[in-house]
Formats: sequence, C-alpha cells, structure tokens
Amino acid sequence: MTTHPSPAVIARYTDREAGLDEVTAWSVEVHLEDCADCRALVADSTADDSRDLLARVAAALDDDIAAQPAPAPRRRWTAARHRWTVWQLTPWLIMTVAVLACAAGLQAIKPSMPSLVMLLAPVAPLPAVAVAWSRRHDPAWELIAGTAAAGFTMLLRRTAGVLAVVVPALAVASSRTGVSLALTLLPCLAFAAATIALGALVGVRRAAIGLGVTWTAAVIAPALVTTELPVMLQPGTSPAWALLTLALAAAAAAQSTSFRRLTSHN
Amino acid sequence: MRTVSAAETAPTTYPWAVHAQGLRVRAGRHVAVDGLDLALNTGVHGLLGPNGAGKTTLMRALATVLKPAGGQLSLLGEQVDGRGDLRLVRRGLGYLPQQFGFYPRFTVREFVEYMAWLKEMPKTVVPGATQRAIERVGLAGKADARMKTLSGGMLRRAGIAQAIVNDPAVLLLDEPTVGLDPEQRLDFRELLRDVGVDSCVLVSTHLVEDVVAACSDVVIMNEGRTVYQGTPADLMAQGGDGDAGDSPAERGYSALLRRHRAVGNR
Repeated sequence: MTTHPSPAVIARYTDREAGLDEVTAWSVEVHLEDCADCRALVADSTADDSRDLLARVAAALDDDIAAQPAPAPRRRWTAARHRWTVWQLTPWLIMTVAVLACAAGLQAIKPSMPSLVMLLAPVAPLPAVAVAWSRRHDPAWELIAGTAAAGFTMLLRRTAGVLAVVVPALAVASSRTGVSLALTLLPCLAFAAATIALGALVGVRRAAIGLGVTWTAAVIAPALVTTELPVMLQPGTSPAWALLTLALAAAAAAQSTSFRRLTSHN
Repeated sequence: MRTVSAAETAPTTYPWAVHAQGLRVRAGRHVAVDGLDLALNTGVHGLLGPNGAGKTTLMRALATVLKPAGGQLSLLGEQVDGRGDLRLVRRGLGYLPQQFGFYPRFTVREFVEYMAWLKEMPKTVVPGATQRAIERVGLAGKADARMKTLSGGMLRRAGIAQAIVNDPAVLLLDEPTVGLDPEQRLDFRELLRDVGVDSCVLVSTHLVEDVVAACSDVVIMNEGRTVYQGTPADLMAQGGDGDAGDSPAERGYSALLRRHRAVGNR
C-alpha cells in the first residue's frame, strides 16, 4: 500500500507552472490510478476553466450516449436454447409426445393389451435424433458443417436436447399407465446411444431408420399379434437393459472422432 | 493510417495459407474438381470460371465441408484431406456458401452470435465482435430484425457478417455479390480490400469487373482445373481486339478460356 502524496505535492502536480520533477510526477500518477480520494483532491485543485471544460465534455458525452440506441440486452435464455436444440426439431418432438399420449390413452382404454408406452419407448427418441444431425432437415447445415463446434459434441448436445423432452414425456406416460419406469427409460436411452454409435458408421438417419424398423418388426408387431409382453420387456430385465445402455453409451463415446463432416448419408 | 495487427508481424509456420496439389473432389458421383493445383497467400483472390467449372465444389472442399476424394489439401499449414482433427483450422475459417441456408426466426444478431459461438470464439469477445461484423456490412440498423424479414441483399450481407465475425485467416466467399445493389457492391469491395490486408480471401464470382476492382490476384478455373493464375493487369493484357467482351478484363478472360479449350480439344 503506497502512502498518499501530501496535498502540497498534489497541488504542485496539478499546477503546470510549478515544475514537479518527473520521478515524483510518475509516482503521483501511479497512485492516482488506484486512489479515488486523491483523484478528488486533484479535481478540487484544478483551475475553474479546466473544470468548465471537463463539465462541457461530460455533458456532450452524456448527450451523445442518450441519443444513441441502447446497448442490446443480453439474452442468456435465447442463446442457451440455440445451443442445445434447433427449431426444426419442434414438429418432430410434438409428434413424439402426441404419439406417446395416444399410446397412454389406448392403454387406459384396453388394459388387456401389452403396454404400448413400453413398446414404443425405445423408438420414441429416434425420429428427433435423426433430424438433429441431418443435411436435409437443417437449413443452415452447410454453414454449421464447416465450423469448429460441428461434430460429435454438437450431435450429443442436440440429442440431449431431444432427450430432455422425450424422457419426461415417457416418465409421465409410464407413471400414468403404471408400467415400470426403468423398463421405459432404459430402452429409450439405449436406443438413442445405439443410434449415435451406429450413426458413425452408416449415418445417423440410416441408423435411426434401421433400428426403428428392426424394433417394430421384431418386437412391436409380434407383441400386438400375440397380445403378450415380449421377453425382453418382462419385469426383471432392467439390469440387462442398464448394462446394455452402458455398453452402447461407451460404444457411442468411442466414436468421438467421427461426425467431423456432415456427409450426405445424414 | 491503420494499426498493424499482430497477425501481420507474427511469423507463420506455413508457406501458403491455402495449398492444394492434385486435388480431386466429388460432387455427388461426378468429379467436379479434378487434379487442381492451387497455392494462395494473404490477399484478395478472385475465382472466375464458367458454370460447372467446379468453383462451388472447390469452395466447399476448402471450407472443410466436403472431404477430398484425392490429392493433398492443406489450410493454414494443417492437412485437411484425411481424418485429422479439423477444429483448429476451422476456427480460422470464414465461409459464405452459395446457397445460404439460415434459421428464419433468428434475428441478425442472434444468427451472427450463434455462428461466432460455433466458431468457438471466447465468450467475452462474442458480443463486441458480432456488433463490429454487423456494422462492417452496414446492417447495424437491422441488427434486431428477424432473418425472414430481410431482403435478398440484406441476407447476403448477414451471411458476409457471419463469415468475417471471427476475423478469419482464410475467408471463402461463394458468389457474395449476388443481390447487392451497385452502391453496396462498392462498399463490399472496400470491405474485401480491408479484410485482404492480413488474411487470405478467395471470392468466387461471375462478375469480372468485381475481380478487377477488388482483387490482387485472379484464378481462372475450367472443368475442375486451374487454367490461369495471375494479376488483374496481366489478365487484361491477355485479351486482343478479336475476343468477346466489353472491357479489357472480359476480353482477357474469354481469350484465356478459348485458348484453354483449344488446347483441350486438340
């Protein structure tokens, strides 16, 4: 902490005729940068005409600032929304939520059928994940594909944005219809991870279509025909689903160097 | 007088900002760029050529959107033709595509800020850089208008703003003057000269007069190869009285293409 210069030194510093030696002037200047009290002293000891000049400059600056448009407000919420999701996902997410609502309604009407919510849960995130990393659905894909942030992290962010809508919707649907929460959410997460892991090899869109068709043909259709819950969704399979989810998430994480270019498969 | 930027005084570790050797790039199944050699450094380079010469495909490859099918391509000293990490290079790129897609509900400021974030600019400099880029293209009055309310010329300028927001070392502009009125084109040439002082700018265009007015170097492409690289003055000297065109540069351009086709047909 420096000591304050004496008022006499400050008076000599402000008086241009007094001829304060250079070294003292510098030390006073360095002190003034940090000390508001001494700056006030300097302001008091200046001549009237300098103070008039300063007042005029300040008034002119204030007028200028008042005449110009106000600074743009910061919109944290908008920026965060742009980073985690994209507008073209909205119709797909609405469709997904609507289909899940219909499934929950049907199940309430016909309790003898196998749980439709549970059957549809794995494929629920697939359409929106496919759209999240797609040439034909993203109007600005060409701009985005050439930027540093494009790639695996961006796909993960957008998938997280999709899951942030689909997972609560599934949770609500499963609690309303009284089916196992774990057997609804774990297959959903496993299929989302599988889409990313496969997407690195064949493109996200093809991976989503392939997984969706396979699940529909192999599980949903037989379950609707036989009206029995398939083996892999019986109670007690949730540890297996948890392990599968972890394995697929690891497989997806191993593809972190892929997705650097948005290829025409997507 | 102008300030000397740090980029001008720092030594570079690469001989060329853009260096292509025997570059081959596919557009669909067709090889649009076939054995192209190109070396560019700081300055404004005009890329001319007839329709279907492969200009846009070359631009996409340089913007790291398309993966080259063969040959070598290095940007800012980094190889970008393989599976290497493109992140560092992409931070130094600015790209305006020919078909310029955007999110219609974004305002101009949100759009440029989003692109700045995608280019991984430091958080603290994004608002200032966005405002500066918007002012440089003369859109300050429309900064908070939604993209879907802009006219064609304004959209083009918003596209140029997102391309220059990160002060790119390599700036790629594909047909940037389409839709600009004559006055805006003059401003745009001024901007090009300004940016070209310390970065490598490649402008693809059909307007020979733009190239002569704003570029320090001319590259002519035909059927996927470089036909000619030289100064605008040299281009004007190539034309004779018998060649098609209304200005010396246009006559030079048509003379060079005619000679190239004659050699190719022999």
